[in-house]
Order: sequence, then structure tokens, then C-alpha cells
Amino acid sequence: MRRRDFLKAVAPVTMLGGFRIDALSRLPFMGMLPGAADNDHVLVLVQLVGGNDTLNTVIPLEHFGDYMGARSNIAIPQGKVLTLQDNLKNGFHPSLTGMQALYNNDQLAVIQSVGYPDADGSHFRATDVWLEGADEDQLLTTGWVGRFLSDTYANFPAGYPNADMPDPLGIQIGSVISPVFQATVGTTAMAVPSDTEFYNLINGITEPEPDTPMGNELTYLRSVARQTNKYAANITAAAKKITQQQPYPDTQLAAQLRTVARLIAGGLKTRVYFVTASGFFDTHGGQVNPGDPTTGQHASLLKDLSDSISAFMNDCKFLGINKQVLGMTFSEFGRRIASNGSFGTDHGAAQAVFVFGDYARAGVLGQNPDLSGLNSQSNIPMQYDFRSVYSSILRDWFCVSPDDVSTMLLKDYQYLPFLKTTACNNTYTDLNGLGDSLIKNSPNPFVNNTTITFKTAGGHTLVQIFNALGRIVLVPVDQDYTGGTWSVTVDTGRLAAGVYYARLQNQSVQQVRTLLKVRG
Amino acid sequence: MKHELPGSPAGLDPYTGDWDTPHVVHLLKRTLFGATVQDVNHFKGLSMSAAVDELLQPAAPPATKPLNHYGADPTGVAQWSTWIGTGLTYEDQAMNLNRVRSMQAWWIGQLLGSGRSIHEKMTLFWHNHFAPNALPNLGIPAELWYNQYLTLRKYALGNFPQLMKAITLDPAMLLMLNGSTNTKTSPNENFGRELQELYTIGKGPGSFYVQGDVATAARVLTGHTLDLNYNYLFQPGDHDDTNKAFSVFYNNTIVTGYSGAAGAGELDTMLAMLFTTQESARFLCRKLYNFFVYYKIDDTVEANVISPLADVLRQSGYNMTATLSVLFKSQHFYDLVNSGACIIKSPLDMLVGLCREFQVAMPSDAKGQYDAWTMLADNASDLQQEILAIPLVAGWGAYHQAPQYHELWINSVTYSQRNFITDLLIGTGNMKNGTTLRIDAVAFANSLPAPQDPNRLVSDALDILLRPPLSDSSITLLKQSILLGGGTTDMYWTNAWLNYLAAPSDMAAYATIESRLRSLLKYLMDLPEYHLS
Repeated sequence: MRRRDFLKAVAPVTMLGGFRIDALSRLPFMGMLPGAADNDHVLVLVQLVGGNDTLNTVIPLEHFGDYMGARSNIAIPQGKVLTLQDNLKNGFHPSLTGMQALYNNDQLAVIQSVGYPDADGSHFRATDVWLEGADEDQLLTTGWVGRFLSDTYANFPAGYPNADMPDPLGIQIGSVISPVFQATVGTTAMAVPSDTEFYNLINGITEPEPDTPMGNELTYLRSVARQTNKYAANITAAAKKITQQQPYPDTQLAAQLRTVARLIAGGLKTRVYFVTASGFFDTHGGQVNPGDPTTGQHASLLKDLSDSISAFMNDCKFLGINKQVLGMTFSEFGRRIASNGSFGTDHGAAQAVFVFGDYARAGVLGQNPDLSGLNSQSNIPMQYDFRSVYSSILRDWFCVSPDDVSTMLLKDYQYLPFLKTTACNNTYTDLNGLGDSLIKNSPNPFVNNTTITFKTAGGHTLVQIFNALGRIVLVPVDQDYTGGTWSVTVDTGRLAAGVYYARLQNQSVQQVRTLLKVRG
Repeated sequence: MKHELPGSPAGLDPYTGDWDTPHVVHLLKRTLFGATVQDVNHFKGLSMSAAVDELLQPAAPPATKPLNHYGADPTGVAQWSTWIGTGLTYEDQAMNLNRVRSMQAWWIGQLLGSGRSIHEKMTLFWHNHFAPNALPNLGIPAELWYNQYLTLRKYALGNFPQLMKAITLDPAMLLMLNGSTNTKTSPNENFGRELQELYTIGKGPGSFYVQGDVATAARVLTGHTLDLNYNYLFQPGDHDDTNKAFSVFYNNTIVTGYSGAAGAGELDTMLAMLFTTQESARFLCRKLYNFFVYYKIDDTVEANVISPLADVLRQSGYNMTATLSVLFKSQHFYDLVNSGACIIKSPLDMLVGLCREFQVAMPSDAKGQYDAWTMLADNASDLQQEILAIPLVAGWGAYHQAPQYHELWINSVTYSQRNFITDLLIGTGNMKNGTTLRIDAVAFANSLPAPQDPNRLVSDALDILLRPPLSDSSITLLKQSILLGGGTTDMYWTNAWLNYLAAPSDMAAYATIESRLRSLLKYLMDLPEYHLS
């Protein structure tokens, strides 16, 4: 998308979309319009490295018996689960008091069972998939944010910085830039450390300069490197503008988020920030302390996550940037449904994703995973493709047109309503049809075949059948339909006996139906 | 902020300390273009003394000659044939420029293939010493520059007086500094001046020759010229056969004038006079020190290194091998606190060294080779070091221009350009003119002793690529942020590496390690430290 188109997509809609003027007047950036060069929305990506056990993060109260049965040695006791307003199906891990408050304050959305077909169990490959926005078997050399930013800012990096975009397109807090920012033209981000006073901004680590000839030359090289850093002066100036912030916990994640808040409030026009949660979520053992599943590694990790994000949101409000900021947490995968004997969990597949900010719609999108009839290898089946989350953020937060979104994400993805439409003044029909069974099958259980009946609103309709490990085994429906109810009979003769999931996707609608194949 | 640094007290006594990777890498980076893993292993297996001896062995003469890489040639040289030996008496300057370009590219090929000998680096040292610029002198046939290169190379490790005499009579030099038109009736002082100011005596603290010496030297040099076929020729009729009296700086030496063919011999007498001075040896030692150790020469370095090295130089008859041997085996050279990691890589050092250290695959066909060499030559030129086109007769500023010296290689433009080039080589490798030169990060890791261990992998890569040491915390940061993707479990890298080894054709397994290795190498090459040698 050319920059001019991007502006068209943003400003006029915001201006002419039929908002109540009192709603607009609350938005701090309205003071800049008309003529404000840009939508000033910022995305903060929070990576949880290692694979977060989201089944102990967002707890399926609805299926508590099955949950307890699958992981009795690490399950959070029902009485300790934090409850959510107007939601009896789900609760939060007891460490997530801050997240609970955000949810109850209409600032936190949860998207259940986010993943992709044939989930990869390797940390490395799975991380690449999530950062690149790739299929499991697709090797990309660019990241999804890099594609968004380089498509949005035409010709980048030639002619940048400029008056419209004087700042880095993306900022990585830390000294190594995430591949998420990679574009064909190189990285779209600059690395900014979280623990300095911003006077020494050069990309990368900075060892001391000893009083030797080597130190002498290193000093010189660094002084030139700083001159070449076209963004350093703006970043330093932005940081200097903010002299007062709200308290944060004393953790690495909190320090990173404090820097993000400071730079946003200081006026940087940077669109995407990337931070990394403290600690390592790879909880194969000792995820909980024996005897008290509300304590242990995972409880500490989640507490830091929740307290840091909570402090960040509080600070954003104090700094007056709360309407500008949206955050998202993600990991490379969720963990296995069943726990192991070491009070931990092994690598899994789909995961729950948190989206936070004033424009997040409080709620849990998607069904709780069906935890009945499983074995130790069973994974949470995917309900939503992770790129549907990216897609919806691009549409509803960065106000990118659907065509451009599919260019950036390399395909069309389902649109998910987890943001308030007022951010971009988009409209959609909420077809999520909770309570309405859009996909059924009969017979169930079945042996050699079963007939799947699904209701579509028309247009492209997809039914995928996953096994319990999350691998696609059949795709009986993948074409355009006119609206109505349709049936297909599926030959299941070659499937092994066990639990399967049929996933229906049609526009923003998706539902998962549990299937059971038995031996004949 | 600049600091005044104490000169290293260590002198030229033979070094007897540790001979470990940092010492070997230091020696190789200074004497070769880059230090490859294989070369480091090879020289580590020798004693320090044997390593220096091997590096000072001459390399075999070039196996190829520059080719017509430019297409149409009015003299009829076919494309991809050599234009050497096809005649010098053309007047087509456009074609001559093409040949100069061919020569520049070919020279890059010589640097890339320079092996385990200092020979090419010393040849480049002398190239800078005599500092020719072919571009404003397109009337000089390119083959003469090729011959000059061969002359530099022939004497590069031998006795400087022989080289000085050969260059004095070198046809390209006779044309460039007007020696060919220096006659007794209209003397031209150009070469007579540079002979003293730039080539032998210099303008250092002990240099006291005077303008009269410049004019006198020019008179000695009269008559040394070229014939119509660009062959050296002594014309006794143009030679000033009177006696030439030099100043007190040269002990009032009188070079006796001779008529006839004997007049040519006055040159030997004058060169002997120049090389008898103390300053002549010190001048050359300072230039060697600047090129191989560091540019800052204070009183301590002058006393402990330059002065005794000048004695060695004189006593050896200005023999380069003998003199460099003493320097490269000295305590001073291996005082890594004062002598290590303080040279800012020249553009050629950086580019050629990078290609060698990563063993970047070069095309095997002639067109591909010349495209790649041309691309590297162009990049070096953008970075202010164009071979055969040294802008000042004093040489590249980095080797003589106080007070900045080597720092002159780096400014905000060239620094960005260096990052751009390394990013390209570690990225797509799509260089200009359609050439692909790409660092194979996996092959590099494979050449290291323990690539499956992320700790060893990082520290072994650092040993080769970065001269200034990094702290343990930085090494851990690089390992965790890049190789472990933010994690802390070393085994995940090990497993990914072993997965790749088990199935090298599995593209996903390959991509997993390749992308992380590429990030690591890019990161290291983007650090300011990367530009120190």
C-alpha cells in the first residue's frame, strides 16, 4: 500500500464515519486532526519465550472436571481460579490479578486456541512461524510486522526519516532486533536499550572503551556510528520529554514497557514496539510446586507478565496515551493438555492470546477446548489461525484495507472481532453465533463415514478435520457456497480410531465440532 | 573523547609468551587479508617463530594475466583473452581505461588468492608507498601498470634499494612523475623531490634535506627516459654530466658527473647516499609500523621500536624479510593491550578479508570472476581505497595524514556504506552488476570446532571476527537472544544443529539454524568493533 492510500484509509473514515463527536473528543489524537499526518495507533508485541501453558493461564471452568483429570498434579484448584465478569466459562490463573482487572474494566480480550495447521513442536521453528506469519512448511525471509511496515511506508528505507515519519518504524527494546521486523529491504526496526539514559544510542552491545589504542579507536568508531544513527536524536529527545511515570515492578519486562510508554508519550511516531517477557516459559518440570499448584515457575512468570502489563496500562493512562496503545502477548506454542510426571507440561500446539488496551473488547473469543477422551499426547486443537489475529489487528487497529492486509499476510485470513470497531470505525456483522450450532455431524461416533452438516452465510467456506495432535487429516470443504445449510459425507475409513475436530470457517465465523471415530 | 596514550614500553626483544588463538589471529589479520579458521589452525600448530617465517615466504608469481573483460577492443584482443603483450603504442584512451579497469579487477583477484604469504599485502604496501594514479594518466598504457605491479611484487620482500632503483627506472613512474622529460636543458624536479620526500627520507623529525638537494637529485636523474615503445632508455645526450653536490644533510656528498653511458651509474651513487642516512631507515620503519602495528608513534615507540628496527633495516641492507621478521616476532608486536585491535581495517582489508574469512564462493567463469572482482573494487573505491587510483602521490591519507591517520577511512558515509555492504553479503548477496556474493553462515559455523555448542559457537566466531574482547555477559546475550531465540536452554540450539546435520537437505531444519547464524554474523559485523583489526 502506498502511503497516500494508507492515509486515505485512515483519516476520512475516522472523520466521516458517523461517530458521536463526544466519543471523538476523548481521543487525544483528535487534537491533531485534521491534517494530522497519521493515525497514531501503536502496537506493543509481548513475546513469551518458551511456550506458555495457556491451559493454566486461561482456565476452562466450564470443563473443570476434564481439566482436573488431564493434569491433576498441576491443575489450579477451582476455588483459586480468578473469576471474570459476566463469564462463567473461563477464569484466570491466580497470578493474573492485573489481567483480571483489565478484563473486568473492558480492556482485555482473550482469543482461545490460536495456532496453525500441523503445529511444529520445535521452539525455533514455531517461533519463526509466529514471527514470520508463515505456514508450518513455508520458509519466509520476512516478518509479518516488517511486511506491514515496509508496505505502508513506501520506498522505505530510501528517504527516511522524513517529516511525515521522523522516527524508526519499529522499535525493538533490547539489543537484538526480532525477525518479526524483517522486510525484503532489511529490518524496519531499531534496537533501543531499556536500561540506559539514551545518550549512547547505537545499535548493539556497548562494551567499555579502555584507555588503550584499541579503546581510542573504538571510541572514534562509535562516535561515527552514532552520527550515522539518523534516529538517535529524536529518540533521545522523546525520552527527555517524559520526566514522570507511574511505578512499575522491578523486572526486565516492566523496564522494557516503561521505556515503551516513555517513548510513545515523548511523541515518537513509531508504530510497533517489541518487548520480551522476563524468564523462560518452557516449563517441562517444576511448572508448579508440588502440593501447591498456585505457586512455582509458571505462577512467577505470569505474575510478572500481569503486574508489568497492568503497570504499563496504568502509566499509559497517566501519560495520556491509553487510547493510542494496543498490546498483544504470544508465545511460540501452548503446552500439552495432560501434565507430565515432573509437575510440568511438554510442548503443545494452540495457545490462548491476550490482547490488551482501551480498544480491546473484554471477552473470551472461541470455545473452551474439549478436554474429554484424550491421551497424554493430545494437544489443544486450533480454533483460530494466528494470522487471523494479525489480520484483525491490521484491519481494526492500523486501519489497513482488507486487500492490503491479505498482501501483507500473503493470504486471506478470517476476521476476528476482538477489538472495538471504533478504533478504525470498521463495521462487521458479528456472526460468531454463540449457542447456534453451525456444524454438526452424524453419525457420531462413526466408523467408515460421517455426514457433516454446516451452515454458511455464503462465500468462501472451509471445513478442516484435525486429529488430536492438531494435524490436518482431511479438508472436506474448501470452496465458495451460497448462504444456507449444506452437507458433505466424509469417508473416514482410513482414519485411526480416536478424537478428531472438525473446524468450520466462514468469514468471521468459526466453530469446532468434536468427532469420535470408533473401530468397526 | 581522545586520550593520550602511553606508548608501549615493550621493544623488539623476541616474544616468548603464550601462542594462542588471539596472538595467531592478531598476526594473521595484520599480515594477511583476514584470518580464516583454517589458517588460524594451521599457524597455531607452528611455533610463533615458524609461523612468522612461513608468512614471510614469497608466494608464487601470478598464474594469470589480466583479461579483456570489456568486450570490443580496437586493437583486436578477443574478449576473455589477455591484453598483456599485445602492443603498447595505441592511442585509444577509452580502451586504455577499460584495461586499467581490467587490471584493477585482476588485482583484487590477486588479493583474494594471496594464500598464507604476506607477499600481496607487502605489494600493496609498496603500491601505497609509490602511490600511482592511472586515471588522470590515461596516456600511460595499462600494461605499464601491470609491469609496475610485477616489479613491486618482485622486490616486495627483498632489498628496498633494489626496489627503489627499479621504480626509478620504471616506465610508468618515469611517465607519471615526468622523469622521462627530465633533461639537462630543462630539468624536472618532480621525481627528484618525491624520491626524497615520499620514498626515502620523508618529512619526519630527522629529515633536513633542502630544496637544493631536490634540484641536485633531479640533475642526477636527467637522461633516464623511454623510447618510443615505452622501453626504459638512458639518453647520455640529455644527461647532466657535471658533478652534483648535496647538502650537509647528506654529508656534502658529491656525486661525480659522467658523460656517456657511465652517466646512468650516478643513480646508484645517489641511492647509496640516500640509504646511508639514519633518517631513511627510520622513515621506512615508521611507515611499516603505521601499516602493521598502529599509527601513533610517540617518543617511547620511537626509542623502543623505530630506532632499533631502523638499525636492523640498515644492517640487513634494507632487507624487508629480515626487518619484518624482527618486528613480527617482537614483544612489542604481541603486547596485545597496546598493539592489538587498534588498526581500523582499510577498505581492502575489510572487503578482501571478509571474503576470505567467510570463504565467500566466487564465480568460476571468467565473466563471473571479473564481475565479482569489479564489484569489490568498486566497493573499495566507494570506501575511499581504489587500487591504481591513489588520489595523492603521498599515498592514501590513512597512512600518512596526521593526526587522524587510519580514522580517515571512517566517516558517517563510509561507515554506513560498510554496514550496507556487510548487510548485503550476509543478506541476499545480490550485489550491483548482477553479481551474487553471499556469506554462507552455515558453512562458516561448520568450519568452527564445536558448532553444536552455542557457547563455543559464539566465542569461536568472536575469536575470528572481532578483535576487541567481549564480556561474558555480552557473549551470553548474543547466545540467548540470537541462537536460543530468547531462551536459556543450550540444548535447543544443539538439537537444532544436530537436526540439520542429520538431514542436511531438510530445508526447514536448515532454515532454522541458518537464519539464526545469519542474524549472529550480521550482528557482529554491524558492531563498530568489527572494523578493528
